[in-house]
Amino acid sequence: MDFFTLIQILDATVRLAIPLLLACLAGLFSERAGIFDIGLEGKMLAAAFFSAAIASMTGSVWIGLLAGIAASLFLSGIHGLASITFRGNQLISGVAINFLAAGMTVLIAQSWFSQGGRTPSLSGAERFNPINFPGALTTTNEVKAASPLMQVYSELLSGHSLLVYVALLTVPMTWWLLYRTRFGLRLRAVGENPAAVDTAGVSVVGLRYAAVAICGILCGIAGAYLSTALQAGFVKDMSAGRGFIALAALIFAKWRPWHALYATFLFGLFQALELRPDVIEAVIGMKVQGQFLGALPYIMTVVILAGFVGKAIPPRAGGEPYVKER
Amino acid sequence: MNNDTTAPAIELKGISKAFGPVQANKDISIRVMPGTIHGIIGENGAGKSTLMSILYGFYKADKGEIFIGGQKTEIPDSQAAIAAGIGMVFQHFKLVENFTVLENIILGAEDGRLLKPSLAKARKSLLELAAEYELNVDPDALIEEIGVGMQQRVEILKALYRQADILILDEPTGVLTPSEADQLFRILGRLRAEGKTIILITHKLREIMEATDTVSVMRRGEMTATVKTADTSPEELAELMVGRKVLLQVDKTPPTLGDVVLDVQNLRVVDEQGVERLKSISLNVRAGEILGIAGVAGNGQSELLEVLGGYADGTGSVTLNGEAIDLTGKYSDGKTRRARGIAHVPEDRQREGLIMDYSAWENTAFGYHDDPAYQSGIFINNAAIRQDTEEKMERFDVRPPNPRLAAKNFSGGNQQKIVLAREIERNPDLLLIGQPTRGVDIGAIEFIHQQIVALRDQGKAILLVSVELEEILSLADRVAVMFDGHIMGERAAGETDEKELGLMMAGVET
Amino acid sequence: MDVMPKWAEVVLVPLISLLLAAILSGLVILAIGEDPIAALKLMIDGALGSTYGWGYTLYYATNFMFTGLAVSVAFHARLFNIGGEGQAMLGGLGVALACLFIPWPHWSLGLLGAIVLAGAFGAIWAAVPAYLQAKRGSHIVITTIMFNFIAAAVLNYMLVNVLRPKGAMDPATARFPEAVHLPTLHDILAPIGISFSKAAPANVSLLVAIVACVLIWLLIWRTKLGYEIRAYGHSESAAKYAGISPVKITMIAMIISGALAGMMAINNVMGEAERLVLNATEGAGFIGIAVALMGRSHPLGVFIAAILFGFLYQGGAELALWTSIPRELIVVIQALVILFTGALDNMVRMPLERIFLALRKGGN
Repeated sequence: MDFFTLIQILDATVRLAIPLLLACLAGLFSERAGIFDIGLEGKMLAAAFFSAAIASMTGSVWIGLLAGIAASLFLSGIHGLASITFRGNQLISGVAINFLAAGMTVLIAQSWFSQGGRTPSLSGAERFNPINFPGALTTTNEVKAASPLMQVYSELLSGHSLLVYVALLTVPMTWWLLYRTRFGLRLRAVGENPAAVDTAGVSVVGLRYAAVAICGILCGIAGAYLSTALQAGFVKDMSAGRGFIALAALIFAKWRPWHALYATFLFGLFQALELRPDVIEAVIGMKVQGQFLGALPYIMTVVILAGFVGKAIPPRAGGEPYVKER
Repeated sequence: MNNDTTAPAIELKGISKAFGPVQANKDISIRVMPGTIHGIIGENGAGKSTLMSILYGFYKADKGEIFIGGQKTEIPDSQAAIAAGIGMVFQHFKLVENFTVLENIILGAEDGRLLKPSLAKARKSLLELAAEYELNVDPDALIEEIGVGMQQRVEILKALYRQADILILDEPTGVLTPSEADQLFRILGRLRAEGKTIILITHKLREIMEATDTVSVMRRGEMTATVKTADTSPEELAELMVGRKVLLQVDKTPPTLGDVVLDVQNLRVVDEQGVERLKSISLNVRAGEILGIAGVAGNGQSELLEVLGGYADGTGSVTLNGEAIDLTGKYSDGKTRRARGIAHVPEDRQREGLIMDYSAWENTAFGYHDDPAYQSGIFINNAAIRQDTEEKMERFDVRPPNPRLAAKNFSGGNQQKIVLAREIERNPDLLLIGQPTRGVDIGAIEFIHQQIVALRDQGKAILLVSVELEEILSLADRVAVMFDGHIMGERAAGETDEKELGLMMAGVET
Repeated sequence: MDVMPKWAEVVLVPLISLLLAAILSGLVILAIGEDPIAALKLMIDGALGSTYGWGYTLYYATNFMFTGLAVSVAFHARLFNIGGEGQAMLGGLGVALACLFIPWPHWSLGLLGAIVLAGAFGAIWAAVPAYLQAKRGSHIVITTIMFNFIAAAVLNYMLVNVLRPKGAMDPATARFPEAVHLPTLHDILAPIGISFSKAAPANVSLLVAIVACVLIWLLIWRTKLGYEIRAYGHSESAAKYAGISPVKITMIAMIISGALAGMMAINNVMGEAERLVLNATEGAGFIGIAVALMGRSHPLGVFIAAILFGFLYQGGAELALWTSIPRELIVVIQALVILFTGALDNMVRMPLERIFLALRKGGN
């Protein structure tokens, strides 16, 4: 394998890891506040559809992004209503949201565009287009011929859409918010012991809704990225289990922001390699089944959860609705 | 001390609160003067905690008014209570376990949006408070790594940091040793000297007599009396609490001792966190005797019951009627223990002894559901269990005597009778019984005590665990005191008193 | 205290939840420019208007009875088995192996063999997450979700690389031999003089599913094991006190659950497709969640809810055929049922409790 192939794979890793990263951080906010969210998948899917649909209708990807975030927030609202206000089962609510999104996106897509559950293809200002850094080479042949440093600069660092850079910035921001601000302290506390927050005179409900809303916004960006940056339009079920891989990454990262970055990039690498079986064969000298690579994040999550590689302890109040004691 | 012209720190007028069909507080009025310690005493379920939760904004009263320092005040939430200068130390601490002391103190009372300045400020005032009230804690220690006494200090500091003038403590000594409790009362005294007002909720008469200036008595949701502590006696308070003269002494004859039924040698239990809960315990119980285990909650009594009852693993040797009991292997479970003749009335009937959603008849089979009498072929014979339950309910005077009613719909006393009937009627050789009268009304207490003594008189061995010294002293023939996983010592019931046992409970060799 | 009478708990609450889901679904249909009443008529006509329609409705219902029971049994032990889909996929593999590699002399023996293998495969796929939960404390919901994806990968691999006949293009096994073709409802009902559509896929598996409903009812409410499963589901701490092993109950409940989900394959793989294809389960494992929630985890409730979902499935297919409403409408309805009967249960229950409390006070 030559250096350029490596750079290409890493470049694909970045592109594929970004939606996982955003969804993973989304889940981090929610679960750190004590609300389990297995509806990341559904929120991403809904956002992917509405971003593409509205971008296609208005010609502006920015309005599309807002629409995607709004759709994701709406589903977050349902999750909040079910799990915070009505103290329902958070897992069941998440399941419902995933199905709601899977069904509604196709239903509305068919009603609006009559293209078998897709949106029209997006182009120009309807998409988030690659940003080329100053001096970066743009054609594959030019990059291939350039020095390794230039290859890294042109192929790996430059040429991603704005959302990629935004997503990467979200990691330190999340860390800062969680560990350096009042909001973060309270958020972490409400996921560990909501009674402590409540008796300290802070609204448990308010904090949890805030967390769920942040989760909605991040899932919204993740979905918009899928349909307006990674792809050019929405197709049925395009989130393709990414919400669950993100969940797996969250456990893998033990609910910590920087580790979320590492975990999602690792899983992104698997996805990138799945597309390049030739490379794997060249490197390790034997054929690896694509299905195995595809299943690897799930298998790794099972192994991690089982505590064979360090124990993953979720926030203590996670999944439990808060009821005041008598 | 206070003349009548100063406004009360707190005045409640006509507070009422119902939870569904249950009237928890009925038209309660109370005045608490500033700079005093005011005790509120009553049995479990008398409505003390509900009243204080209303004062702290946890519940909204259905009716009634609250005055703080003479001002009518609405307390819709905890925020408002804190703003009105009220701090509360709950029975179950409200701390974030994996946060530091400092983080817990500032939670909800931060200065500004960033943490650093808040933490710095809190560190400084923590030092001042520590000096002022003898409340030393390590600000950087994690809550999960400090003891309960320390955790309680953090709770008090939390209130003081929020500039509370009124401090409510709900059953603060339940988890403390007598010496820790004494220390707490010294701190409270100091707080009073600084002009703070303290409300002390407890069901322990001794604490009321020792620590308070004034005492209010609650019974069944009503405030039955408020008196100056100096003008009353424990006997009078007890009578006010329960509404009639109480027999604190149980009638019983001296024991007729038989052979050793339970013999425990060097029993050790290590919990899931790797903490040693029982540190090489040895004891024995003879037929026809009640061995009482006294001690502050959390000193290994629960683990002793669990390991003997078959749901915690241990090492060492335990024999029943001379035959060894498997402590770690395949046959160390509740069912096998029952088959060997060990009955167990657990400490917490709602979490362990009963399935609250199961009907009374299903609960009567609980743990004995393998009994051949309850089977017909491969199926359970529900009718037979119901029949058996009806008979047991009648013998134990369970009300209402309806086997189909879910356990959660019975009162605490009747729930306990269901458990007791199930366990005692099996004619066991050994009865393990923990906190037999916790949360049980006074009428049922007498009945339950009589049943225990009757079982002893039939020549059964009984191991009684209770945190109520009074109960131990009135029931047990022999008393062992547990402290920190050890047995501090044993005494014949007639040759000891509360004072000596109290010292032993605090880990003092006597 | 029980605020509500039992009938309200068992009938009224699910009924109102269902009504809410139905109203919202109607609004959705309105919003995409179709007539909900006409759509409902079309669905009833298509699903229940002919023996052909019934044949499909009951075929789908059979799937959902198995997966609904699977989720219910786990619910009784307070375990949320989201892995029905993966367990059903593996069950399909079991059926395919049983039918392709064992020369059964008669379909009835073949069916027995297929039930055993399908159940065993499903059970194994549930047993691993159960073991990890019981012994290692892994959250069973997450593990079973992961196992769904792993199952899909396994099935994909088996069909593409192992079981696909030489020269065939699509990832599927060869057709099962004639001897293991199951009798359809047409075949069963014809001898007793009832004519039933020949083309519809409902088959003898429906009877197996009904027997499973009865057996599970007996298991849960009439046996020691059922007593222990429910006890553990209500209170783990009490179960330990009574000598009921959490490990044992978790394992057994999940094994029964997985076996039931796996057994679904006798219907869709052996009874209908007569070969194993990718995506044979068509989401039936997930619909089991909605069915169990609606049926309050009671076999009779599951039976009724399964038929309702069978109706929705067949009706939805008819809708997609004759109108511009896509089949995904069913997914939406399914989501709404899960939402209202599951997650938003309290939203329905709380006002009802208030009404009953007021009624009781008024009555006194």
